[in-house]
Amino acid sequence: MDKRSVKILVFSTEKISDPAIDMAGLLKLHYPPQVYTIAVRCSSGIKPRWIMRAFEKGFDGVFIAADGSDCSFGESCTEKTGAIVEKTHIMMKEKGIEPSRLRMAALCSVCSESFVKHVKSFNELLLKPEN
Amino acid sequence: MKKKLGIYICACGGNISDYVDIEKVKDAVKDEDCVILAKTTMFACGDSNQKDMDADIKANDLSGIVVASCSPKLHLTTFRAVSERAGLNKYNYVHANIREQASWAHSDNKTGATEKAILLVRAAIAKARLAESLEPIVIKSRRSVAVIGAGVAGLKAAISLSRMQDEVFLIERENRIGGNLANLDTISPENISGKELLIRLEEDLKKEKNITLLTNSEVVGNSGNIGDFTLTLKISGSEGSTTKDIKVGSVLVATGFNSYIPADGEFGFNQIANVITLPQFRDILRNADSKKFVFNGKVINSVAYIYCVGSRQVKGENKYCSRYCCTAAVQASLDLKKKYPDIQNYHFTKGVRTYGKQELIYKESNSAGDIYIQFLDKKPPIVTELDGAISIKAGDLLSEKKEIEALADLVVLVTGMVPDKDTSIGSLFKLPKGRDKFFNEIHMKLRPVETVIDGITIAGTCQGPKNVMESVNSALSAAAKSHSFVSKGELELEPIVAYADKSSCNWCNACSDACPFNAISKIEAEGKEVASINKSTCKGCGMCLPVCPTDSIELISFTNKEMESMIDVLAQ
Repeated sequence: MDKRSVKILVFSTEKISDPAIDMAGLLKLHYPPQVYTIAVRCSSGIKPRWIMRAFEKGFDGVFIAADGSDCSFGESCTEKTGAIVEKTHIMMKEKGIEPSRLRMAALCSVCSESFVKHVKSFNELLLKPEN
Repeated sequence: MKKKLGIYICACGGNISDYVDIEKVKDAVKDEDCVILAKTTMFACGDSNQKDMDADIKANDLSGIVVASCSPKLHLTTFRAVSERAGLNKYNYVHANIREQASWAHSDNKTGATEKAILLVRAAIAKARLAESLEPIVIKSRRSVAVIGAGVAGLKAAISLSRMQDEVFLIERENRIGGNLANLDTISPENISGKELLIRLEEDLKKEKNITLLTNSEVVGNSGNIGDFTLTLKISGSEGSTTKDIKVGSVLVATGFNSYIPADGEFGFNQIANVITLPQFRDILRNADSKKFVFNGKVINSVAYIYCVGSRQVKGENKYCSRYCCTAAVQASLDLKKKYPDIQNYHFTKGVRTYGKQELIYKESNSAGDIYIQFLDKKPPIVTELDGAISIKAGDLLSEKKEIEALADLVVLVTGMVPDKDTSIGSLFKLPKGRDKFFNEIHMKLRPVETVIDGITIAGTCQGPKNVMESVNSALSAAAKSHSFVSKGELELEPIVAYADKSSCNWCNACSDACPFNAISKIEAEGKEVASINKSTCKGCGMCLPVCPTDSIELISFTNKEMESMIDVLAQ
């Protein structure tokens, strides 16, 4: 895989993880520019079909920057986002897509360094030939 | 009808254009479907550009706008307001963040940043093509504010809110109010002491009927959102602690600062006797009542002040200037001279920053015979013991770096401000912090007291070093902002709610089970049982979307069409 062609789609959340991604920029914590973000309201509202669409259209990886326990909509967010990942993994397997290409981690509104660490390591993983 | 879109690419005065080729971005998007106008601008948020946008919308009968600039947390509302003023429904405006998520995040890769910016703008255009006119949802907001911290900022904010007829809960973890104010002596340039100022504030506080003062109280729980927060307080008393819930529409955080504590050995601190910090010096001076100034059994005839200890650090983490300490040190040295006129003061500085009216006391100090030595940033003074006195050696910038030595009986380390060591409030409300570890505002100039957490404002030194006057200014500003959240009794919220397609829905209960707000119920429609979503109770989280086996539920502004059109563009 050509190093420059790795593309990651990040689903962030408007109130929690997107501010952290903004702050990563503010602090000039660099990460690969092929990481694109779409902000949603809550990570437990991401449809598996959107993730599958991203793979179908050419994204190498999808990263869900989940609300985790900070979710302002409810305590069940982590569990529900986990269920979305589980459901999507099944769909990915059916299509012959390696499940490791979908990753999820809870990111709080100040977890900028953590975000950068996650996307950099995900990028490295996706660069490996088996992916 | 086909949309007519106007696109504006902001340079942000170089913040974007230094790393992103904005002309290239404009050229890449100007021929996109529906785009009839594409421009670059130095400051999209500037008044002149806002007027141009207004004129463009009217002249070209635009039905949608995209501005590619900073984070939407900063200017989404600005450009929505421009759209509204020009007669365009504000939900036809789409924001592309090409600063925090392109130019700054990839300032190490200009080509990459530009390519990313092009796709981000194209994705915003894709969304704008599908955007629909909407009306905001109006919710009730409690007319009450919790002020956390009863130092000078918290007190002023609470009094100000009360005078605007808001119910105020003033929460203080200590058993007394005043915070660090009570420990200040003369406050420049007004020549009022911290104690006197606190007495005045206490008198003002007593007059306010809308304030509930809760001392020995800590906020240990937080739930809800702007307009309706529930805070759980732990209140300590002589018979143990109790908990209590309060409900407020907004929270104003004014938790203050700590003084920097030098490390052992830093300029001789904790290693050489008679090396103390500025707060310690103030305590000693306040209580000194003998004819001679005596400390540790030694008569003090000379005092050396070393400035910028814990601030403006070349090697340490605290790169910031603590703003108040130059003035505080000069004022303390003047107070010393007034009490003991024969004492000689030596000031070892990095350049005195007694800005504004505070410059007058610097002049007074010079006239009183104090000696100022400006040392080099990279060569801080060397402090050693010498024959029962303390030697302070430094290269003096103003006399061609010539080494100057002063012998002093007492060394005062002019320590700056550091963030409050109790981080519980920041963690509880998830308040972002800046590189200096103080709480971060949304924008230093444009939204200086708001945080990214809706309904939560910050005031005083929890936001960064400030003197008393600046703390009061920010407190009044934060009070006004928190008041604006609660004063109308209602707030406009985004009309982002879910809706179910009755034709494809076959009631299965999954969406209702997933909804944390009981907004979904079963109704009879089109001859079958289907889901119905209550617009007034739906919070727009979207938890019902992925669980629907027939994909019958969509969320306004996050529909399959909108999301997939953006994904398709970004994948290019």
